[in-house]
Amino acid sequence: MNKMERALNELGTMDELAVRDSPVHRLHPAAKLLAAAAYIVTVMSFHKYALSSLVPMLLWPVLLFQISGIPVRTCFYKLRIVLPLVMAVGLFNPFFDREILFRIGSVPVSGGVVSMLTLMLKGVLCLMASFLLVASTPFDRICAALRALHVPGMIVTLLLLTYRYVGVMTEELAVMTNAYHLRAPGQKGIHVSAWGSFLGQLLLRSMDRAQELYSSMLLRGYDREFRYASPPSFALRDALYLVCSIAFFLLLRFVNVSGLLGQLFVR
Amino acid sequence: MIEFSHVSFAYEPGKEVIRDLSFRLEDGESVGLIGANGAGKSTVMKLLLGLVQGEGEITVDGIRLEKKTLAEIRRKIGFVLQNSDNQMFMPTVYDDMMFAPMNYGMTREEAEKKVDEVLARLELTALKNRYNHKLSGGEKKMAAVAAILAMEPEAVLMDEPTSALDPYNRRLIIRTVRGMKETKLIASHDLDMILDCCSRVILLSEGRIAADGRAEDVLRDRALLEANHLELPLSLSRG
Ligand SMILES: Nc1ncnc2c1ncn2[C@@H]1O[C@H](COP(=O)(O)OP(=O)(O)OP(=O)(O)O)[C@@H](O)[C@H]1O
Ligand SMILES: [Mg+2]
Repeated sequence: MNKMERALNELGTMDELAVRDSPVHRLHPAAKLLAAAAYIVTVMSFHKYALSSLVPMLLWPVLLFQISGIPVRTCFYKLRIVLPLVMAVGLFNPFFDREILFRIGSVPVSGGVVSMLTLMLKGVLCLMASFLLVASTPFDRICAALRALHVPGMIVTLLLLTYRYVGVMTEELAVMTNAYHLRAPGQKGIHVSAWGSFLGQLLLRSMDRAQELYSSMLLRGYDREFRYASPPSFALRDALYLVCSIAFFLLLRFVNVSGLLGQLFVR
Repeated sequence: MIEFSHVSFAYEPGKEVIRDLSFRLEDGESVGLIGANGAGKSTVMKLLLGLVQGEGEITVDGIRLEKKTLAEIRRKIGFVLQNSDNQMFMPTVYDDMMFAPMNYGMTREEAEKKVDEVLARLELTALKNRYNHKLSGGEKKMAAVAAILAMEPEAVLMDEPTSALDPYNRRLIIRTVRGMKETKLIASHDLDMILDCCSRVILLSEGRIAADGRAEDVLRDRALLEANHLELPLSLSRG
């Protein structure tokens, strides 16, 4: 298997994760979607120095990963490519914000370092929440939930096609890199001189296939509604899940739980 | 009943691919569409499904194909794509088979019943919960046929149903096709399969009909076939 085929296989296993069965999988997609959105908004709203009160927010995704039977490890493994990007966002904060906030022993800790760590943690938390959503809900059901929440059909269709297009493009990329390496044995990567035509071909081929894929959806009655992915109706348990999640977020957001716990132990 | 009447079409202006094409398929008929590469077989199917628009008139069950009847006509016609990868986009075979029936307003229970029935009919029940991306080419093709039959079409179009299949899976497809009571239009270079599955054959040449008649007659005409880059089916050349 070359790199691309492996990537493809991973996309496939995402779908496999999503159609498993667990209490989390069984929740209504709209409840999961809204909870994840609320989680992300809450996480982003924490103050840039609020590292210690942000840490307990880890509990929510970790707990749900446990219940869903999807190892947290899988999440980090699959996201290993984007993770460094997210982490890199706050990398320069220490250079701009040099004000000393506190000392650990004799080591001074500047505001920049704290805000960098906070930002990194925010990124990781948001990724975890999004991954949890996608890994425990078939993508079509997420789309159905979006439609049920009155997001325009056009936008949801674009989202769905983008998701499918990524798969098609990786497939074509795998075929093309294979073909290339068969004719350029012993060469690492793809020579710069071939990049232009390679990219052009890739776009043409994958767009043709995406077009055909979309036709195939239309020919089988797709009309931007997601009746085929419609979940069972919104039950009490879904409402409970949503309300409890949001209550938990609000609690952690407005009460510094780790601070309180800390004081308990210090006394 | 499907009718083409004086249909012409060009992908690029001035380069007609389909030229003044007229033919008629009766209900329940099984017709092979043959011709050299680029003769226009796939284009005929695209025209019938309204994926491309040409001149002339196409009617299905007396309904004229136009923008506002498109959904109604597509409802009646199932299309098995040449490349099953582009047809199977849901995670599992089951999900894929549920797609059309649910879009067409069946309840989940009705659709599920339909899916089970089709899978049993094609002897594919073992594929039901398999992941599409882990199927072999032949399994994928069979699943694609099953997904189309689940939508209860009146007519089925198939583009190269046996390409890339091993002899065993090819026989499986042939058996399945022979057992289907729907109107069938099958484009293929596999003339033995056409001979097995179709009672009538239309031979296309540069977008025109070069021959239209009983399968045994058209497929026995060596000169005609060879002029169109085709060869006598093995079963006929032996006997
Ligand atoms: N998207 C397109 N744009 C421009 N020309 C096209 C396009 N698709 C097909 N053609 C041309 O139209 C003609 C008929 O193509 P078509 O695909 O219908 O042939 P076919 O009989 O299905 O051939 P094959 O046996 O190779 O599948 C060919 O000359 C082809 O080059
Ligand atoms: Mg073709």
